[in-house]
Amino acid sequence: MTETAWIDLALVSARPQAMGALLRYFRNLDQAEEAFQEACIRALKTWPRTGPPRDAAAWLIFVGRNSGIDQVRRRSRETALPPEELLSDLEDREGELADRLDGSHYRDDILRLLFVCSNPALPATQQIALALRIVSGLSVRQIARAFLVSDAAMEQRITRAKARVAAAGIPFETPDAADRAERLAAVATMIYLVFNEGYSAMNGPEGVSADVCDEAIRLSRLLLRLFPAEPEIMGLTALLLLQHSRARARFDADGAIVLLDDQDRRLWSRPMITEALAMIDKAMRHRRPGPYQIQAAIAALHARAKSPEETDWQEIDLLYRALERLQPSPVVTLNRAVAVSKREGPEAALALVEPLGDRLSGYFYYHGLRGALLKQIGRRSEARVAFDRAIALATNAAEAAYIRMQLDRLDGEAAPAVVAEEEQ
Amino acid sequence: MLYAVLCYNDESVTSAWSKEEDDKVMRDLTAVQRKYVEAGKLGPVARLLPTTAATTLRHGAGETIVIDGPFAETKEQLLGFYLIDCGSLDEALDFARELSIANPSAGSYEIRPLALYKPGEFPS
Repeated sequence: MTETAWIDLALVSARPQAMGALLRYFRNLDQAEEAFQEACIRALKTWPRTGPPRDAAAWLIFVGRNSGIDQVRRRSRETALPPEELLSDLEDREGELADRLDGSHYRDDILRLLFVCSNPALPATQQIALALRIVSGLSVRQIARAFLVSDAAMEQRITRAKARVAAAGIPFETPDAADRAERLAAVATMIYLVFNEGYSAMNGPEGVSADVCDEAIRLSRLLLRLFPAEPEIMGLTALLLLQHSRARARFDADGAIVLLDDQDRRLWSRPMITEALAMIDKAMRHRRPGPYQIQAAIAALHARAKSPEETDWQEIDLLYRALERLQPSPVVTLNRAVAVSKREGPEAALALVEPLGDRLSGYFYYHGLRGALLKQIGRRSEARVAFDRAIALATNAAEAAYIRMQLDRLDGEAAPAVVAEEEQ
Repeated sequence: MLYAVLCYNDESVTSAWSKEEDDKVMRDLTAVQRKYVEAGKLGPVARLLPTTAATTLRHGAGETIVIDGPFAETKEQLLGFYLIDCGSLDEALDFARELSIANPSAGSYEIRPLALYKPGEFPS
């Protein structure tokens, strides 16, 4: 590993903590970011000469604070009087280097930073973009590429998100237990959203969206280190690891979707599965089941099966039932229908799926699954209508291509004929 | 003389390694290990899962308590370790509990699943 690569890694891993502390000092996201950037620039100049500091985050917080104060002073000379509340508690210098990571601030700083990005007032797309920018430190360009939008559009999304955060006010009071639990839940949701965004964009530019999934896992582990006794955070971490463990098997060499049943299970990442299973084991001891733990348990049953035939669909059905009770949603029922189709056949599954129509009529997977079930039963013309609907709702090329393949099989037509038909 | 060589690093850094970086480190380490395995000097090699996967059993006044997370006290020192093959965390905890009963002086057992295990070739 080269020296700058080592420094980059140290900066990345110290970032959430340093940014969290700087946000507490400056009470302003832009200022905290600027101060952190400044500290990173100095680190890149200084560390190759001095070697790594014992505590990278503390170093960055100290240097960032001082540079931030300098900037506030510089600006204040250019403009009006310094805002007193900004400077008053920033005077202490070296002494505060001991404003340490293991201090009581540390956990709430990071949670606050994560929570700012998880503010329920922000739409999901803005939460995701803000978290990747502010907490993970991905560049606007990297985030834009992962989500297939222009740099300018992503820049604007992040700017809007910051404006909303500023308008909503950043909560600086030390949270009580109830606040903390609420923040924790919001942050878990945000991390899940980040992961899903990366997961569903996986067939985008090579590797970029996988990085987003890695980031979500990193954030989830970070959250678990802060709250080591929360079974739902263990469940979340396990769930993300299990989903991501299949990343290499989800698409074939041409970028086409490979369904779970058809995946080459040797391509699944064993280290991720091992870690996730250990995490589920830990969570279960608490006897406090929750949606993430149940979803992780379902994913674990797939991970444990050496072949699709060995999958314990009965247990998966039961777990989805438990999830339906805990968090009723037509999407959960739709997922359970897959388990039902494996155990009881396509008719039983279709009976479960049909009533979801009015709530899921705009959902790609609803029409995709319905089409597949109709096809299995031999109701071909209805299957065709469902597949056509699914294609219209596909959010990316791989999804559409997969359904087209289903249609081709249905019609017994060769793929080029369909393409030609479409181009007319 | 048998020596245990214990590896310490900042896991927030090592877990930020990309797969390529991780693979490279493991390859380079394996090259070093191979030399010592061939000389018949190297026994088991293990890589532990992150501390987020750890559970700690603490032995207090006549009872044991289970804490999520790694062992975090600095006033106690690492004195030994076991490798045990268990079907579940509960089974591993039962083993640790038995140990703590057999050795009633206060102390802690951190239970950490392994990410990787190479038995090595140790001459008897």
